[in-house]
Amino acid sequence: MDLIKRFRKGDRLALARAITLVENGMQEGRDLLDAVHPQTGKARRIGITGPPGAGKSTLVDGLIQSYRKAGQSVGVVAVDPTSPFTGGALLGDRIRMQSRWADRRVFVRSMATRGSWGGLAAAAADVIELLDAFGKDVVIAETVGVGQSEFDVVDAVHTTIVVIVPESGDSIQVMKAGLMEIADIFVVNKADREGAGDMETGLGAMLDMRDREEDWRPPVLQTVATSGEGMPTLIDALAQHREYLAKESRIEEWERKAVRARIVSLVHEELRAGFWKQGRQARLEQLVGEVLARERTPGDAAQALFSPA
Amino acid sequence: MDRKIRVLVAKPGLDGHDRGAKVVASALRDAGMEVIYTGLHQTPEGIVEAAVQEDVDVVGLSVLSGAHMTLFPRIVELLREAGVEGMLIIGGGIIPADDHEFLREKGVEKVFTPGAPTSEIVDYIRSWFEKRKTV
Ligand SMILES: Nc1nc2c(ncn2[C@@H]2O[C@H](COP(=O)(O)OP(=O)(O)OP(=O)(O)O)[C@@H](O)[C@H]2O)c(=O)[nH]1
Ligand SMILES: [Mg+2]
Repeated sequence: MDLIKRFRKGDRLALARAITLVENGMQEGRDLLDAVHPQTGKARRIGITGPPGAGKSTLVDGLIQSYRKAGQSVGVVAVDPTSPFTGGALLGDRIRMQSRWADRRVFVRSMATRGSWGGLAAAAADVIELLDAFGKDVVIAETVGVGQSEFDVVDAVHTTIVVIVPESGDSIQVMKAGLMEIADIFVVNKADREGAGDMETGLGAMLDMRDREEDWRPPVLQTVATSGEGMPTLIDALAQHREYLAKESRIEEWERKAVRARIVSLVHEELRAGFWKQGRQARLEQLVGEVLARERTPGDAAQALFSPA
Repeated sequence: MDRKIRVLVAKPGLDGHDRGAKVVASALRDAGMEVIYTGLHQTPEGIVEAAVQEDVDVVGLSVLSGAHMTLFPRIVELLREAGVEGMLIIGGGIIPADDHEFLREKGVEKVFTPGAPTSEIVDYIRSWFEKRKTV
């Protein structure tokens, strides 16, 4: 109760604690999300993804600076993978987001992907909601594009920036990674290195060949995040995509899609969490033994988990 | 859902060596903790802001330059001013044994010397966390 009041007053400690509660799946966190829901839907939401080390955080720092210069407040959630072996995580995105550390209108939160059964979609979307409800004008979500996390976040943001580097291989590999479908804007970062031009041309050709349902052809831009080169062009592209969404009720469509995805991911969460309670974890161990003894098949075992023990 | 221990590993001051801090950071990660690492040359204000935003359970400070007697207490003071409660603050680096007591009085609950095995730090944090959970 107290926390909600402090959150509404703009107390950043309350925001930080709210994120922790939500991340840990606490009821208090859910209550808070529910309470602040009417205040959401105002922030400009941007996703940024790409392979490890592509320069995403450095670009985010550039975005923070640009939006702050324009007088806008910024919230960032930076997601890094949890080690599936130890459950721990090394969250290092803040290292590159230091230029505005003293600025109270910037809030950066690092987040680990945690559970191996997905769930990031729900958790990261929740954090985006909290930053939005807190009143941040711009909310940026950074995810590493190596698996699922980038797709999880796509539905919760208006615009997805896919960052690649000249070393990312050729455009076919980018297509194989499934990044073609989620990008609203392509950034070839580290354009100070050889091959950036080729990458841009290759991607552009690929994008032009593609059948699109939308009228938006993702632009391909070159940046040098460390020097800020190309930053104004990226800001322009973001503004253009925003304008594009504002037309022909696209934003309403986007909102419907975002809300639907959120409900579905919450349902999945609930199912998953509920399923494994009820003593099924122990039953699973037992079934593993039976499959190893060739008494059952894995498919059999999965079915057995659905029927009452 | 299981509660993860979140630790900020920070390097205030001007010395340019973060090998020790990185070793500790990865040991804590390997012990299943979520470690936020912020890099070299952090100001006390920057460290406190990071601790607040990340809502960490533990702040681990590393200093090799000898400035720990001013930097550590300053950070503790700023954390209190920011309204942070119940956070464990520990220190490491090249810190003479004579300074430990003073630092403890100032709120740095434990100081680890360079020779300390990382498992000692892991165990210390874990048992602190267990105790805090039960109160
Ligand atoms: N040469 C060059 N280096 C860059 C550029 N942008 C970023 N870097 C460097 O690339 C490294 C990785 O940058 P980050 O911003 O941390 O990359 P990231 O994509 O956020 O990395 P992860 O979050 O670990 O996946 C750092 O050493 C940056 O200084 C660039 O445009 N040119
Ligand atoms: Mg990063």
